Amino acid sequence: MLTTEALVKELVEKNGRSRNSLMPILQGIVQKEHYLSEEALLSVAKELDLSAADVYGTASFYTFLDTVPRGKNIIRVCKTITCHMKGKDEVINALSNALKIKVGETTHDKKFTLLTANCLGWCHKGPVMLVNDEVYPDLTPQKALEIIEEYGKEAK
Amino acid sequence: MENNLKKVDIIFEVDENNTPYDVLLKTLKRPADEIILDLIDSGLKGRGGAGFPTGLKWKFARNEDGDTKYVICNADEGEPGTFKDREIIDRVPEKIFTGMTICGYVVGAKEGYIYLRGEYNFLLKPLSKKLDEFNEFLKKNKIDYKIYLKSGSGAYVCGEESALFESMEGKRGEPRNKPPYPTVAGYNSKPTVINNVETLVYTTMICRIGPKKFKDLGTSDSRGSKVFSVSGDTPIPGIYELELGMPLHNFVDEFGDGDVKAVQVGGASGHCVPRKKFNDTIIGFEGIPTGGSMMIFNSSRSMYNVLHDYLEFFAEESCGQCTPCRVGCQQLLKGIEAVKRGERPPAYLDDLKKLTGTMKIAAKCGLGQSVGNPFNSIIDNFREEIIY
Ligand SMILES: Cc1cc2nc3c(=O)[nH]c(=O)nc-3n(C[C@H](O)[C@H](O)[C@H](O)COP(=O)(O)O)c2cc1C
Ligand code: SF4
Ligand code: FES
Repeated sequence: MLTTEALVKELVEKNGRSRNSLMPILQGIVQKEHYLSEEALLSVAKELDLSAADVYGTASFYTFLDTVPRGKNIIRVCKTITCHMKGKDEVINALSNALKIKVGETTHDKKFTLLTANCLGWCHKGPVMLVNDEVYPDLTPQKALEIIEEYGKEAK
Repeated sequence: MENNLKKVDIIFEVDENNTPYDVLLKTLKRPADEIILDLIDSGLKGRGGAGFPTGLKWKFARNEDGDTKYVICNADEGEPGTFKDREIIDRVPEKIFTGMTICGYVVGAKEGYIYLRGEYNFLLKPLSKKLDEFNEFLKKNKIDYKIYLKSGSGAYVCGEESALFESMEGKRGEPRNKPPYPTVAGYNSKPTVINNVETLVYTTMICRIGPKKFKDLGTSDSRGSKVFSVSGDTPIPGIYELELGMPLHNFVDEFGDGDVKAVQVGGASGHCVPRKKFNDTIIGFEGIPTGGSMMIFNSSRSMYNVLHDYLEFFAEESCGQCTPCRVGCQQLLKGIEAVKRGERPPAYLDDLKKLTGTMKIAAKCGLGQSVGNPFNSIIDNFREEIIY
C-alpha cells in the first residue's frame, strides 16, 4: 500500500496543482484511505500551496470527505421521508444490532462504519443504502444483513 | 373534467435511425441564432426547479464577450423525492452530451462539465466510458469541444448553481451573491450556461422534433412535458414522463392508493397540497411547479413526521453561511418539537410562520428562501396534526 504522502503526490500528478483540483484530490484520498487524516490534509496543503486551514475548511464542508477515521466499508442508510415510511428504522436497527455499533460509529475491527444519509435518489425503491459507492435498493432488514455479511467476508 | 393524464415518450425514446449523434451533426450545420429562436419558440423552461426559459439563458451567454465560456450539466439531483436525472443519465447519456455540445456551439464554449452527485458514484464508470466514446466522436468530426466529468461529495446545497461553481473551483459549496448571474460570471468567473440534466435532453429533442411538437404539449405557461419522480404511498412508484399543466386530482387518480391525504409537490422545498385542493391545483408554472418530485401520503401518515423530516433535512443541509437560514432552520425544527411537547402554545406556530417570511426575504439562496414552502403549507393545512 502507498504511503499517504506518495498517494497525495500521485493524485496531484494526475489532477494538477491548481485549486480546481482540490476536490478530485481529496476524493481520491478518501477512496483509498476512507477518510482524510491530518497527515493527508497537511500534505495536500503543501502540494497545492494552500493553507492547511483552507484545505480542512473545504473538506469539512462535505459529508463524503470525512476527517475522522472510518471503517473499510462505509454504510449510509437513507433516512429521508419516503425511506422513513418504508422502514429505514428497521434496517438501521438490524445493522446496528448485528455490527454492535450505533449510527455514527465504527466497528472495533475497523471493517464497518454505520451512517445515515439524506435522500439517495432511490425513493421509489426504498429503503435504500450505499455501501461505499455501491447502491442497494429495495431493502429489508434481512437483505441488508446478508449484504453486510458478504462485505464482512471480503474484508478479512 | 375530461382532461386526462397524458403520458409522453420523448426523454427516453430511442430511434436507431435518428440517434443523438445524427441530431448533433445536423444541428451544428444550422445558424446558432436559429437554434436559439427554436428554443425560445418551444417555450422550454428549466427543469431543475427555477424554471428559467432555456432559450433566453443560452442567448444571454451567447451575447457575452469572452473567449472562455463553459457549459455545465447540473446532475447533483439532491431534492428529496427526485430520482429522474439518475435514470436519464443511466439510460440516455448521449442525449445529455449532445445537448451540452449544441449549447457549446451556440454560446461559444469549448468545454462542458457534468457535475454528478457523490451519491451516484456508481454511475461514474459506465458514464465515463460513454463519455470517452462521445469525446472521441467529437474529435473525429473536428468539433472543437470536450466534456469532462466532476463528482460532488454529499452536499445538497451544491445543486444551487453558484455553490456548484464554488465546489468545482475546489472550495466550500457556499452560494454566491447574485448578481452577477452565471451567464455573466459563473465557473471560474466566466460566462457559463448551467442547465439541469433533463433540460439538456429536451434541447436535444427539440432540435430533433422541432419546437412545434414540443409546444403542442402542455399549457401556455407550461409548454411540453416533464419527467416526474413518483414515490410514497402509491402502488406504482417510479419515473413517468407526463404532459405539464395537469390538474393534481388526475395525477392522484392515476397514482394514488385510493386513500391519499396529501401530495408534496416539488420535494422538501416544495408545497404540500391537501386533498381538498386536489381539484383546483395545476402542476406547472402557472400553479405549483416541480423539479419532478411527487411524494404521496395516505391517511395513515403523520404530517408532523413529514414536516419534522423536512426541517431536519434543511437544518443539516443549510450551508450555514447566512444567519436567517442557519438559525432559522434550527429554530423551526425546535419550535415544532416544543409545540408538540406542549412546551409552547399552538399560537407559537404563527411566530414560526413569520420567521419563514423573514427567511424568504433575508436568506441568500433558494435553500433558505424556500423552507417556508413546506412549512407554511403543512402548518396551514394540517395544524391539528402538528399540535396534538
Ligand atoms: C438548494 C438548491 C438546490 C438545487 N439543486 C439542484 C439540483 O440538484 N439540480 C438542478 O438541476 N438544479 C438544482 N437547483 C437549481 C439550480 O440552481 C439551477 O437553477 C438549475 O440548475 C438551472 O438549470 P435549469 O434552468 O435547466 O433548470 C437547486 C437550487 C437550490 C437553491
Ligand atoms: S440560505 Fe442557507 S444554504 Fe443558502 S447561503 Fe444562506 S445559509 Fe447557505
Ligand atoms: S427518501 Fe430515501 S432515497 Fe429518497
